[in-house]
Amino acid sequence: MSNLKKKADSPLERLGNGLFKENPTFVLMLGMCPTLAVTTSAMNGLGMGLATTAVLMMSNLIISLLRRVIPNRVRIPAFIVIIATFVTVVQFLMEAYLPDINKALGIYIPLIVVNCIILGRAEAYAYSNPPIPSFFDGLGMGLGFSFALTCIGAVRELLGAGKVFDYNIMPASYVPINIFVLAPGAFFVLAALTALQNYIRIRLRKAGKKDKADKIQSGCNEDCMNCSDKGCSKRFYDNSKKTEAKDAMNGAKRRRAALARAEGEKVSSKEAEKEGSESFADKNAEEKEGEKE
Amino acid sequence: MSAQFHISSNPHVRSASSTSGIMMLVVIALLPAAGFGIYNFGARAALVLLVSIASAVLTEFLFGLYKKKLTITDLSAVVTGLLLGMNLPVTIPLWMAALGSVFAILIVKCLFGGLGQNFMNPALAARCFLVISFPKQMTDFISTGKGALDAYTGATPLALLKSGESVNVMDMIFGKTTGTIGETSMIAIVIGACILLLAGVIDLRIPGSYIVSFAVFTVIFGGHGFEPAYLSAQLAGGGLMLGAFFMATDYVTRPITVRGQYVFGIFLGIMTGIFRFFGPGAEGVSFAIVLGNLLVPLIEKATRPIPFGGKGAKRHG
Repeated sequence: MSNLKKKADSPLERLGNGLFKENPTFVLMLGMCPTLAVTTSAMNGLGMGLATTAVLMMSNLIISLLRRVIPNRVRIPAFIVIIATFVTVVQFLMEAYLPDINKALGIYIPLIVVNCIILGRAEAYAYSNPPIPSFFDGLGMGLGFSFALTCIGAVRELLGAGKVFDYNIMPASYVPINIFVLAPGAFFVLAALTALQNYIRIRLRKAGKKDKADKIQSGCNEDCMNCSDKGCSKRFYDNSKKTEAKDAMNGAKRRRAALARAEGEKVSSKEAEKEGSESFADKNAEEKEGEKE
Repeated sequence: MSAQFHISSNPHVRSASSTSGIMMLVVIALLPAAGFGIYNFGARAALVLLVSIASAVLTEFLFGLYKKKLTITDLSAVVTGLLLGMNLPVTIPLWMAALGSVFAILIVKCLFGGLGQNFMNPALAARCFLVISFPKQMTDFISTGKGALDAYTGATPLALLKSGESVNVMDMIFGKTTGTIGETSMIAIVIGACILLLAGVIDLRIPGSYIVSFAVFTVIFGGHGFEPAYLSAQLAGGGLMLGAFFMATDYVTRPITVRGQYVFGIFLGIMTGIFRFFGPGAEGVSFAIVLGNLLVPLIEKATRPIPFGGKGAKRHG
């Protein structure tokens, strides 16, 4: 597994990953059930998001600590037991200290147990990574989820009731568009906000921040020299190095071609191209030259 | 060999009809009902119609600017705006009519790929959007008293029927009742429908099966048995005629297959009956048609004709 060799991710990188690059709602499209059901107001969205965040952080931490103890075959039941423990804790805490939100969220608090963001992060990240990054992965994902739910909730509350966080925003003459606090409104707003973030993403990419936007999707660590993905077309070293490498590559090719001519060998241009396309072809070529000389 | 033979690849059927031509015919066919609505409810009805048409066309134009594709010339936005306006009560605030048009064109039609790609009738989807969003304003059928109808405050004939009161069927057929702008006059709608039928734009498959199945449903479940007065009031009331002839027959959102069209019509009849007799509201045509639109892909799949020599023939041979 390539993950074993990889250096541990930094906490900050994990936070940014969860909040923006792999935002669970707008990018990964996970946890749609609570997203659509509880975001009738900004407060509900925030409450649901933070409850999920708490469970996500703790379950990621514990699962990561126990990752060498949990047998592979029973990992899903083991995850569920750990997650359910924290959900129960969170539910009792909310019942005691935030009864209003608890009542508004209803069945969706116990349903955090089967929230696919939590199971997904346990399976995809915490089970194969050390505890500290896992904890911050949970925090980042949870905050990303909270952020998304609060945004959706705020827009729905604003259009459907004229308020945000129960403060009147719209003028008194505003007639609330009821449909936005009903089920169809959740779909409209989710689609619109996802489209908006895709638009921003595409604009960022076009504005020359290609690296940043691509990193979001490929999970690339920019370390092309040690990368196992030979078919990768993205190169993250900066441009000056890139041209340098290209020049070195071309120089190597030329020299080798001359050598080949001298030896009366036929080097098909295709072969040369194929070798040239590899990111560290210059290194290879130099090595080969050394051998030949 | 001469010019007698025109050699070309398929499709070989040639026809002078175009999208804009058909849309123009639909607009003409809608004019009697719209005109009667203006006569019945006064000048404000014309204003509502104008606002909904203008905002529909403007939305389509702006989206066309964004997509660099001029699509308003096919007149479909005009039809959508006109149909939506005819489905609104005369007292509706003008910005709501505009909002409905924007929803119909932008969300229901353009975002899904424009005319031909919309999975729902835009005008009806917008009507449902407005009914759910503004239930009070959308069922506020107080006449302005400026038209032929005197200051007539009260429920629509269908709502009266629902609460067990009697209605004047002749008034309903002529259209001197409250309701949305375009739905009141059965005669005006049927005149328009005849124009479309004669021009070959629509046929009777969907409207016929819709109206007949709804009538049968009314006799069985309406609670009044076979009572001609009640039955004709149910048929003439509400948006049934407008929906059956002008909205259920929308080319984009109806099934293509012939058998599918009958299935579609019968489904609409049953759903309209369920909404009217068992639902909380008095009207259900728009919800029934929108639901039917969603089922169209399934209906088409189930009623796909077997080609000659296909699966059915194999079994016998």
